[in-house]
Amino acid sequence: MKNEEVRMTTKDIIKPENLVYQKPEIMNDVPMHYCPGCSHGVVHKLVAEVIEEMGMQDKTVGIAPVGCAVFAYNYLDIDWEEAAHGRAPALATAVKRLRPDRLVFTYQGDGDLAAIGTAETVHACNRGESIAIIFINNGIYGMTGGQMAPTTLEGMKTATCPYGRDVKLNGYPLKITNILKELEGTRYITRQSVHTAAAVRKAKKAIRKAFENSMEDKGTSVVEIVSTCASGWKLDPVQANEWMEKNMFPAYPLGDLKNVE
Amino acid sequence: MAKVRGAVVVNNERCKGCELCVAACPSDVLAMSKHVNAKGYNYAYMANEEACTGCANCAVVCPDGCITVYRTKVNG
Ligand SMILES: Cc1ncc(C[n+]2csc(CCOP(=O)(O)OP(=O)(O)O)c2C)c(N)n1
Ligand code: SF4
Ligand code: SF4
Repeated sequence: MKNEEVRMTTKDIIKPENLVYQKPEIMNDVPMHYCPGCSHGVVHKLVAEVIEEMGMQDKTVGIAPVGCAVFAYNYLDIDWEEAAHGRAPALATAVKRLRPDRLVFTYQGDGDLAAIGTAETVHACNRGESIAIIFINNGIYGMTGGQMAPTTLEGMKTATCPYGRDVKLNGYPLKITNILKELEGTRYITRQSVHTAAAVRKAKKAIRKAFENSMEDKGTSVVEIVSTCASGWKLDPVQANEWMEKNMFPAYPLGDLKNVE
Repeated sequence: MAKVRGAVVVNNERCKGCELCVAACPSDVLAMSKHVNAKGYNYAYMANEEACTGCANCAVVCPDGCITVYRTKVNG
């Protein structure tokens, strides 16, 4: 029997009946423009996997942001709308009210959601719209070249605060999900990450729950993903994950902030 | 005792050489090729084929969905 094991080559293992994981079909083959190692790619994949597992490909409307994820509509084969910068929750409100049978989610960066779109975010959550908000918090404006965001950490260097964020000048890192959890319209608020395989699997469960809440008309769900922007942070992708664990997680601790059963 | 063996197939042309899969593999299976793809990235490959258990950790963390994973039981 030992011999059988020795004889088994990768060729013998690579057979359709042994398949355990592949890129979700909803994720198109077109290459994504994201930098190597970008968390956006991982989260796109999770969104695609959850929609596939829920059998909702033809019944999902995603609302894409302005920011690095502006081309999300090229990457996932579902219906999309493109919102003006920060306005995704307002557009999602309209789509969900007109088509309550649709799974409606926004996908937004921290500049989009917590700076220019603060009002739309807060009011959609306060109204308790049955939408899911996927919130990519990388502490920076990625698309425009790494400027300071409301979420930028104290002392963190960016293109617009080259000596580090000074709270006297720029205020404190905005923990917007902590604010959203206080609103009566929100049902499920969680903070996740995708830096390890275990974290990715947990984040996927959170996205699933948020999407199910949207379909069951249970109010607003927000899944914050503490994310890396290796290029903006000027680190390689593996170092960016380490930097995130060390610096981002103390300011943005992972876990559920609110879960009304 | 049944033993689990795995194997991965990397989509070389889709790979961006980020090395997150190398860091995520608990069995030190993966490494970066000395060759580059059309985009100029060194791509991941199985440097230590026998050690793969097919746990899929590499594929789960890959931001670009480049990795397909296979797993089978072997009697040994
Ligand atoms: C009305 C308007 N103001 C400003 C901009 C410039 N702009 C484009 S993306 C962006 C911020 C993106 O940062 P974030 O939302 O954190 O997403 P990321 O790129 O980091 O994923 C800004 C300010 C714009 N496109 N439209
Ligand atoms: S499937 Fe698991 S053991 Fe095999 S290469 Fe990927 S991470 Fe390593
Ligand atoms: S995680 Fe994916 S993109 Fe990054 S090196 Fe591995 S296979 Fe390539």
